[in-house]
Amino acid sequence: MSKQILSPLPGTFYSKPAPDQPQFKSVGDAVAVGDVIGLIEVMKSFHEVVADQAGTITAFAAEDEEPVMAGQALIELS
Amino acid sequence: MPIKKLLIANRGEIAVRIIRAAQELGIATVQVHSAADTESLAVMMADEAVLIGPPMASKSYLNIANVIKAAVDTGADAVHPGYGFLAENADFADAVEAAGLIWVGPKGASIRVMGDKVAARVAAQAAGVPVVPGSNGRIEDLAIARGIAQDIGFPVMIKAAAGGGGRGIRIAHDLEEFERLMPQASAEAKAAFGDGGLYMEKVIERARHIEVQILGDGNNVIHCFERECSLQRRRQKVWEEAPSAALPQAMRDQLCASAVALAKAVQYRGAGTLEYLYDDASGQFYFIEMNTRIQVEHPVTEMITGVDLVREMLRIAGGEPLRYSQDQIRLNGHAIEVRICAEDPAQGFKPGPGTVTSLKVPGGPGVRFDTMLYAGYTVPPFYDSLLGKLIVWDENRAAAIGRMARALGELDVGGLPTTKPLHQALAQDADVLAGAFHTRWLEPWLEQNSHKLDEESKTP
Repeated sequence: MSKQILSPLPGTFYSKPAPDQPQFKSVGDAVAVGDVIGLIEVMKSFHEVVADQAGTITAFAAEDEEPVMAGQALIELS
Repeated sequence: MPIKKLLIANRGEIAVRIIRAAQELGIATVQVHSAADTESLAVMMADEAVLIGPPMASKSYLNIANVIKAAVDTGADAVHPGYGFLAENADFADAVEAAGLIWVGPKGASIRVMGDKVAARVAAQAAGVPVVPGSNGRIEDLAIARGIAQDIGFPVMIKAAAGGGGRGIRIAHDLEEFERLMPQASAEAKAAFGDGGLYMEKVIERARHIEVQILGDGNNVIHCFERECSLQRRRQKVWEEAPSAALPQAMRDQLCASAVALAKAVQYRGAGTLEYLYDDASGQFYFIEMNTRIQVEHPVTEMITGVDLVREMLRIAGGEPLRYSQDQIRLNGHAIEVRICAEDPAQGFKPGPGTVTSLKVPGGPGVRFDTMLYAGYTVPPFYDSLLGKLIVWDENRAAAIGRMARALGELDVGGLPTTKPLHQALAQDADVLAGAFHTRWLEPWLEQNSHKLDEESKTP
């Protein structure tokens, strides 16, 4: 049964803390509840996306800098 | 040559404001927009609309090549940049002119001088305008900088020469902190602005933010009096007034004359604003920076002078000389603007984009609401949270605050959190009524008054 981490807010998804830094998490990484997996920029303010489930990342459902809706899947976990 | 077809390189309420001014002058309009703004009011109002990219501003509203291409493709002969986005980008101003189009704003060279905060400070000093005590230009040598910091006294602000709008500022309270912050500040400025240059200013405690509106045609410059914007949160203005309640008339005359002198010295063309700190304890004012564009809070100036600043920008860009002499600009009554943002003041100003389910707009004498909202519009999450500006005018400040409270009571934006409860609380506050505030007044007030900022508690 696959699990997903959803965007809590509408906005722009960032998979990195800054453009010149590595991704918070990559495919194959283990994720624990409470880990920061990305940022959502909404109206020029940045909000951390915190994992509410644990697992291993199988895929990113949203790309870095992609516009997302609230409730949209960001990461697939196994 | 008068403008015939204007491209608006912006969005939101200011795009609507510019389209209105163009329509009144018989100028056709082209609205560029991102994929997130297809349903925007500005797109609906403009004669033509051109999609210039995806939602992210860096790929649409900040994409110089796409904006210029849209202007050329639609046969526009002029570009108005509004505020924010590319409004103070000298390279964009140059690119517009290089494409054979009219730039509604000052020359790229003027934007460059004022955009470099050190060059602006030097220009101000040369024009005899007082500046905040600090370094004479960029800090080239740490030992000399240390000496200046000790001379002017701590705390001092370390500022990025390429910064502005409240960005790139650090405060050092003593010599040790100063020496620790200098290398960090330089590295950060280099990363953020591509220029590690720094300068230094004394911290003026309990200062008011007062700014002078000017209009120039490249030869003559007039002022349209001042605005006071001391009520700020995180260096962003939330409540603005014209005139300032704190300035004695003689001080107003001096301040406005200094702004005209500096704008004349740089042969300024278009609308601009010179920002100052004013210390009411000492009666001193100090130039801090110039904004080479129309500002969010320009309507309060329009209300007290009767001058349509955006229309004058279009006329000046079209080659007309200033239509007013200084003695034709009269200060009449008092105006206040509040920024209505899609943020919840009861929850730390958490942003809340979404769909406007209903909209009731205030009216009556002396009330103006500049907005891009309509019922059914979905406010996208990709841009700033400003939904509109509620502006009131009345004969005097006390009456204007009363009128603002009345108008806020009529305003109802359904479906979104807004900052209306904040403004309702401010309009009843004893210090606000007395005009007794400074730029660091609002943040501690917010901490102590969070219980007054709930939408529910304010609904009668």
